[in-house]
Amino acid sequence: MKDNPKYWRNDAYAKVTGKAKYTDDIKQYDMLYGVPVYSDFVHAKILDIKTEKAQQATGVVRVLTCKDVPGTNRYGQIIKDFRIFADDKIRYNGDVVALIVASSRELALEASRLVEVTAEEISPVLDAEEAMKNEVFVHENHGTNVINHHKIRRGNVEEGFKQSDIIIEEKFETQFVEHAYMETEAAVCTLRQDGVMEVYGSMQHPFSTRRFVAAVLGVDLSEVEVIGTPMGGGFGGKDDTAAIICARAALAAKITGKPVKISYRRDWSVRESYKRHPYKVYYKMGLSRDGKINAVRCKIIADGGAYCSVTPWVTWRSTVQCCGPYVVDNVHCDTYGVYTNNVVTGAMRGFGSPQMNFVIESVMEIAASKLKISSIGLRKKNVVRQNSTTITGQVLNNHIVSMEQVLDTLIENFDYFNKYRKCSFGKSDSDELYGVGLAMCYRGMSIGAEGVDFNSAIINVQKDGSVLLETGIHENGQGAESAMILCLSGELGIPKEKIRYRRPSTSTIPDGGTTVASRGTLLGTSAVVNAAKILKEKITDVIGNILNSGADKNLIFKDGKILGIDGKSITFEEAISVMYEKRVYPYSFGVFTPPMIDWNEETGQGNPYFTYVYGAQAIELIVNKKTGKVKLLNAVAVHDVGKEINPGMLRGQFYGGMAMGIGYGLFEKIKIKNGRIENLNLTSYHVPRSVDLPEMKALIVENNDPTSTSGAKGIGEPANELMAPAVANAIYNATGIRYYKLPVMFEGDKNIKDSVNKK
Amino acid sequence: MDFIYLNNQKVNIPENKLEKKLIEFLREDMNLTGVKNACDSGACGACAVLVDNQINKICFKKVKDVIGKKILTIEGMAESDGTLHPLQQAFIGYGAVQCGYCTPGMILTAHAYLLKNPKPSRNEIRYALRGNLCRCTGYQQIIDAIEAASVYYVEEPSG
Repeated sequence: MKDNPKYWRNDAYAKVTGKAKYTDDIKQYDMLYGVPVYSDFVHAKILDIKTEKAQQATGVVRVLTCKDVPGTNRYGQIIKDFRIFADDKIRYNGDVVALIVASSRELALEASRLVEVTAEEISPVLDAEEAMKNEVFVHENHGTNVINHHKIRRGNVEEGFKQSDIIIEEKFETQFVEHAYMETEAAVCTLRQDGVMEVYGSMQHPFSTRRFVAAVLGVDLSEVEVIGTPMGGGFGGKDDTAAIICARAALAAKITGKPVKISYRRDWSVRESYKRHPYKVYYKMGLSRDGKINAVRCKIIADGGAYCSVTPWVTWRSTVQCCGPYVVDNVHCDTYGVYTNNVVTGAMRGFGSPQMNFVIESVMEIAASKLKISSIGLRKKNVVRQNSTTITGQVLNNHIVSMEQVLDTLIENFDYFNKYRKCSFGKSDSDELYGVGLAMCYRGMSIGAEGVDFNSAIINVQKDGSVLLETGIHENGQGAESAMILCLSGELGIPKEKIRYRRPSTSTIPDGGTTVASRGTLLGTSAVVNAAKILKEKITDVIGNILNSGADKNLIFKDGKILGIDGKSITFEEAISVMYEKRVYPYSFGVFTPPMIDWNEETGQGNPYFTYVYGAQAIELIVNKKTGKVKLLNAVAVHDVGKEINPGMLRGQFYGGMAMGIGYGLFEKIKIKNGRIENLNLTSYHVPRSVDLPEMKALIVENNDPTSTSGAKGIGEPANELMAPAVANAIYNATGIRYYKLPVMFEGDKNIKDSVNKK
Repeated sequence: MDFIYLNNQKVNIPENKLEKKLIEFLREDMNLTGVKNACDSGACGACAVLVDNQINKICFKKVKDVIGKKILTIEGMAESDGTLHPLQQAFIGYGAVQCGYCTPGMILTAHAYLLKNPKPSRNEIRYALRGNLCRCTGYQQIIDAIEAASVYYVEEPSG
């Protein structure tokens, strides 16, 4: 078979042969099994948790509750409010009250029914806006249900509205969304003979997991080693909850002295794990007749669920990007993350931007239609360009601002204008209504002013010239390890087959932060480039003379050789052999520290991100008037990624992100009734299937980014944050109906059919 | 004694295993962990294997349901020397693998389908995969891989 030689990943062979061992595939001698116990309550004061009957059941070794936690039972990344085991209250239906540890999973399951929870019910607060009234507290100690309040204060919005010829004022709502990673949460923990707790788990942040485990066990970070294990998807969803599950398994392993495995059933995963935040957004925009946006006022209310998780960070991004890739001089934005008794919400691919892009890119089209001008023209009138000032006062001058280039590439390749002219706008002689829609965005790269942001790489060249590489970035399934290998292969001019990625461990490399925020490729490859630079300098110091170029630093590393300026060369292996003879280790540690950022929380002004990416996506569809069914015909995405590293996996991020965005826009929704999730499995939660999706096209724009040493930026989230508004705009252009609520098909085919026929 | 043919090997089944869930028998007793249980409700296809050349989601099946039958799991797709089946090779060559959790079920579903229809259109491939969920790829490169590998399923014209 003729392969594209560039379509490669280091773990593909293991994954196509079934040899890849995920956490639940790990077996250890004398291993015990842990099963969580939930209560039926949504919001209740705990009076008593009776575990005696469960403790006496066949096969049960221990039943653990909050009383068994030697360290802290309350932990979290921002506010330490997560309960490892519910202690004072049940705050949502996914709170875990106990862990049954037994000799088999079946026996643990049976015993889990025997735990009795006595509690006094408290009326739950299930709407974020209601919760802001503080009539019922989710966390009494916090004093309010408001977790955070972010602001943008720029210019004078009232003046801006006065200067405006038209005002758009709308309310938008979005839904809870499940990550639906194919592999559910799992952990295997063993207390090693040296006293270190060894953790294998399905989690996308080994260092965060280590902090959770160490805090719960009450031990130092060095006493916990989290080891990277093949992982069946994360999409932002395997941080806090996954870490807590690892911590419970570690606790059980410590107390019983035996290895313990916890492997989640899908319904537990959906019940307990955090979701994408539902937003309510009140959005007001004022524009002049010529299309200039004069002012935006918006109020964003995010349902944070029962625990804080990363709600302040998610909603911060929504605040910073609340006007999309447009220049607006007068902005007043208030964003609230709010506790409720709903399922916890936290990080999910896009991280506060999919919600806002749906709002902004809908408003832009509403405004264009009201002004009777082209929505593309309106976008271009206001779009950020080179040296533009953003709504936070940041001047975009340190990278190529390619928003317009990206949009033009999309319009041309999708043939947008011709297709737009053919749209039905609610009128059609047949049963079919045709529509196209697009959306565009910019995105601040990495985590920005949310937190500390740096990363490292270690290159350790062996005597035979083979190379061991590691970075502080985690393989979530996206191909991070392969990207690092390909990057180093290019830097050292040696075949990728000569490079092995070390099995990642929190004990071998410094904390590189979370593998989230589309930062893996940017932070990881930049650290690799910096480490390679140091290594090449070391090699040059030793073999510069041999190649007769003296102290000349201009050696070329290419095709497995090292070349001097006067044409002499030696192989990479020979050079390494000389290094060892001269007692110089061909070993390097490289760090990438991005440019500084700054932020004023009171005014919402500053430089929140050190660089941005630009993307635009379009979709073509048909709505059947009679059935209300939506058929997707074709979708195209254009993203400026800085620099392409792994072509196959890069395209994979495009397609997977678009698919997830389509699900978000059209039909995905966690249904919650009285605080309890109704669709707990994949039979009732609609993850896009092959037949739901159209053929997709990925177009890559490359403008090497000077802020990263590799030139690369990120794609994971940008790819996922545009399809919902593109779909909503396409549905409008087909049916003439504007949806202000996601998912568009909130009642399946029914609501579209009803509204088309009502029109 | 009862037996099954598992990846071309005859495996005897002791009586006390007959009531065991097939997926657990394969994963725990046979150590064939390529078969995954991702929903336990027949929705996702991560547990799909071939039973007498037909694709089956086995999360509801028991060992007794497949007595005397031929089972092919992902571990039986490659040659014994490790040489990949062209369909597996295509999954690598076309970028169809990301997290890999759906991959065994996807490959086996595609294999069973191509055995029946070696010249499918892209839409037919799309339809054949409707029972298998993937959250990473949007299916695009999976369909690319299956389309490319289909040439290996066309029988040579005889004579």
